[in-house]
Amino acid sequence: MGRKQLSDILQSAVFGILALIGWEILCRVAAIPVWLLPAPSRIWTETLALAPVLPRHLLATVEGIVGGFLLAVAAAIPIAIAIVYSPLFRKMVYPPLLMLQSVPKVAIAPLLLIWIGYGMASNIAIAASTAFFPIIITTSNGLQNIDEDLLDLTRSYGTGALKVFWKVRLPWAMPYIFSGLKVAITFAVIGAVVAEFIGSDRGLGYLILTSSGTMNTAAMFGVLLILSLVGIVCFYTVVFIERVMCPWYTATELT
Amino acid sequence: MQDRSAHLVRMDAVSKQYSTRSGGSVTALHDISVDIRQNQFITIVGPSGCGKSTMMKIAGGIIEPSTGSVIFDGHRLTRPSEEIGMVFQKATLLPWKTVLGNVCFPIEMIGLSMRDYVPKARALLDTVGLRGFEDVYPQELSGGMQQRVSICRALVYEPKLLLMDEPFGALDALTREELVLELLRVWDERKKTVLFVTHNINEAVFLADRVLVMTPRPGRIILDLTVDLPRPRTLDIEYAPEFKRFAEQVREGIYSSKKKTEFVN
Repeated sequence: MGRKQLSDILQSAVFGILALIGWEILCRVAAIPVWLLPAPSRIWTETLALAPVLPRHLLATVEGIVGGFLLAVAAAIPIAIAIVYSPLFRKMVYPPLLMLQSVPKVAIAPLLLIWIGYGMASNIAIAASTAFFPIIITTSNGLQNIDEDLLDLTRSYGTGALKVFWKVRLPWAMPYIFSGLKVAITFAVIGAVVAEFIGSDRGLGYLILTSSGTMNTAAMFGVLLILSLVGIVCFYTVVFIERVMCPWYTATELT
Repeated sequence: MQDRSAHLVRMDAVSKQYSTRSGGSVTALHDISVDIRQNQFITIVGPSGCGKSTMMKIAGGIIEPSTGSVIFDGHRLTRPSEEIGMVFQKATLLPWKTVLGNVCFPIEMIGLSMRDYVPKARALLDTVGLRGFEDVYPQELSGGMQQRVSICRALVYEPKLLLMDEPFGALDALTREELVLELLRVWDERKKTVLFVTHNINEAVFLADRVLVMTPRPGRIILDLTVDLPRPRTLDIEYAPEFKRFAEQVREGIYSSKKKTEFVN
């Protein structure tokens, strides 16, 4: 880590701490009601009070996010490949896909709940339906954007279609696919929490909802903070996998 | 009558029509017949849109002619062949493979033994001044260096015919000169049949044993010029009166065709 980066982090940390202190003072001096804006110290104690039940809920949300994300990847990438290789499939699948995408996922969630029932399965399905679309778009884009000369060249070596796909088209599309995956993972977080709002008895979304019901604003703040940490960790996990799988691409991005 | 076996490529009455969107058809090539001898360096020069690239792609079996036939190495050519190497205007390297990986890409695809060809790939990279860059990704290289890699890739598996479609067209003038000289050096070392498309008259004469001048709409060969300048050639040959005479002939060929089409129009 460079000296510049270190001092940048230090500056951000100092600003953050100053803001927290300011927040604390404001709450105490102005005597703001705790249900309106709790002070940082209050948020801290209320969140600590949640500690015994937190792992259960955290795990449920992570399961919803990861399950939904993986399901979306498993469905979207083969569909994208089929769209690129078969014009007929493209004509069949594109219109319903576009229709599905233009409907807000929150609006579809109750329907999925009826079909699948309460529980983790419907959470995963709702998260997957939110995360699905960006992967389809970027993957089919990446597979199609390939340099025609490169395809001609590879075919001139007598390479069969399957090998062309594995050795040329797919690696070519990897950076595109990952740009879709990075959007998809943040969408999966949204989808998982929405699912917990609508019908669940577990998860961070459920915890926010119940805290809201008891006017425990401080606990809500705490859970929101944890949720944002979960989102950040999920996002950087995908970034990390991208760096491992596409070293050529991230190498130039960083220089 | 020339020795038939010495001909690597015979294009016989090749024409190519494309259908346009409006339902009409455009003749890209009209009645092209050329015999290309083994180890000849042939350049094709002409204004843009004269069908140079189409002719090259037909010679490489990438596109099929509408009429006529291409005989390559004694056989009728109907699909791309691994006996034919290609270099394009863009380097078209694989961004996820290192320089060495890119040069060895044909070996991997054809299914030849890596162990036999990696030393050859390294030697080639050495001759074009890329020693020490084997493990670098191509996008970290300059345009000229990338094009050198793509030339090595086309040579590594020793194809009988090398097709080069304006390979130096996207490079600056100095890099271009450098690469032209390098190409000639490599060609001198390992004689090969080369078909080289360019729109640069000096480059065409400097490289060639034989220059084909093409005219557009429809693409035809209107001049077939044998350039018997001594080899090896150096850049100062461009000041020689013989060189200027050849360049003048090529220029006249292009110019006369232009006047003719204008007259017809």
